[in-house]
Amino acid sequence: MRGPTARAQVSASAIDVRGLRKSYGAHEVVGGIDIEVGEGEIFAFLGPNGAGKTTTVEILEGYRSRNAGEVSVLGEDPAAAGQSWRSRIGLVLQSCTMPAELTVRELVELYAGYYRHPRSSAETIELVGLAEKRDARTTQLSGGQLRRLDVALALIGDPELVFLDEPTTGFDPSARHHAWEVISDLRELGKTIFLTTHYMDEAEALADRVAVIAAGEIVAEGTPETLGGRDHARTDVSFTLSSATTVAELPGELAAAAQLREDGRVHVTALEPARALHTLTGWALEHREQLGDLSVSRPTLEDVYLQLIDANEHPQ
Amino acid sequence: MSGVELFAHQFRSDLVRFWRNPQSRYFTILLPIVFLVIFAAIFKGTTIVDGRRIDITTFYVPGIMTLGIISAAFVNLTQAIVTQRENGEFKRLRGTPLPAGIVIGSRALVGVVVAVAMSALLLLIGRLAYDVRLPQTTMVGLVIAVVVGAAAFSCISFAVATRIAAADTAPAATNLTVLPLYFISGVFVPEGQIPKFLRGVATVFPIHHLSRALLRPITDTHGLGIAGTDLLIVGAWGVAALLFAARTFQWSPRAE
Repeated sequence: MRGPTARAQVSASAIDVRGLRKSYGAHEVVGGIDIEVGEGEIFAFLGPNGAGKTTTVEILEGYRSRNAGEVSVLGEDPAAAGQSWRSRIGLVLQSCTMPAELTVRELVELYAGYYRHPRSSAETIELVGLAEKRDARTTQLSGGQLRRLDVALALIGDPELVFLDEPTTGFDPSARHHAWEVISDLRELGKTIFLTTHYMDEAEALADRVAVIAAGEIVAEGTPETLGGRDHARTDVSFTLSSATTVAELPGELAAAAQLREDGRVHVTALEPARALHTLTGWALEHREQLGDLSVSRPTLEDVYLQLIDANEHPQ
Repeated sequence: MSGVELFAHQFRSDLVRFWRNPQSRYFTILLPIVFLVIFAAIFKGTTIVDGRRIDITTFYVPGIMTLGIISAAFVNLTQAIVTQRENGEFKRLRGTPLPAGIVIGSRALVGVVVAVAMSALLLLIGRLAYDVRLPQTTMVGLVIAVVVGAAAFSCISFAVATRIAAADTAPAATNLTVLPLYFISGVFVPEGQIPKFLRGVATVFPIHHLSRALLRPITDTHGLGIAGTDLLIVGAWGVAALLFAARTFQWSPRAE
């Protein structure tokens, strides 16, 4: 019974990393990390520059060797995998210079020829929204369009797993949202996606699961909603008081937890937000405070991320 | 696709890219032709090569063929290799199932094919414009010299490319090496007019030997026109360069 069950588990994870270590000389860049990415999952790998993020991704992609640990990507060791494995993965690397002498269609068709069962070139160009530019030389494309061409080249072989290394860095907001749609479409196609990004809103919009690497260690892992205990974090209630009113005039239980911060707003950290709001608004009606900019928020993914990185850099 | 079809698929694209690149067109195709026309217009009369008196144009056709072969299979190829490495294209290709041998082989073959085409074109211009005799039996030696020269300089390209860090500096690095050598290797100036010391320096490098191997089939009227020793030296440079390149070749940009 154990055999088939174990195999089913293995085949359900697209990436399985155990105790991965990598050093350059005496400097350890990746210090024994574990990563597991399920099939069909969008996994976001976050971390500051120099945390070991790119090194880890390049080990998974088969570009770099490792010092220790087990790495399985689509059931094979990337360090030893051959052409058939390469045909099952798609890569969007950080740099995106394209051959200046070729058109979009020529380049996509060139790459299609590398694979045994490629997707249709026309459809793939359409999928990334470059149909109108298909006969344009790559030099005539904007930065965002080049990146989408990059995505088209990663998808042309119809891969099971796609690595997207900072796919929207340098994009304007509308290009970023368009790219997110393309990536969400990939989820619909059943692809597994390993995404690295500096943008927390990107991870939040796309990822099923995120992991944060700092100084070569995984410091947190979970869904974007629960990362770093975000779901249990206290709620921040903040507002501005009219100039005549001081924090001390707030009802006792609020005044104790209230803090006037540099932004000129009063922040109340609330364990029970409903009760705090009830007290606050009752008091405000009585004292004719408008609370026009009242805001109630949980820490954003970015807040949690910055805390994690900060705690790692300045351990207590 | 079979291996051969895949090679043809990649080669077609690499050749199109060569042709569409203005720098390739001007420096590799136009420049040697312009040089031949200018040298033939400036220098008149005859010169003595290996004790034999020949028309100066007969000297310049194989001389500029040397330049054409080296432009295509070395200067241009080195530029292409460094550019493709530095802009991440090689790295991206290594992430596809395309075999590494096809990436390298196709690029090298573009250099060799252009070198052969340029040699034929220069020979034809020499025949039509300057009445330079086409080789008969010695055509064998000429074809061998062109192919060995182009192949050897392709190998040297892959070796030299590993020593060049940025695409910007590739043309400077290659031209700084070959231009002075053209002057002392009997490409621009007949050997008899070059001081003995400089001629000695030139014999160390493959350009001198390639130019001799190309000159011989043009001046010889019988036999196969094969300059065996010169071809062996050119070939040895190629093999040594290939061994060096195999040990030091990089797919990823230098910056990483």
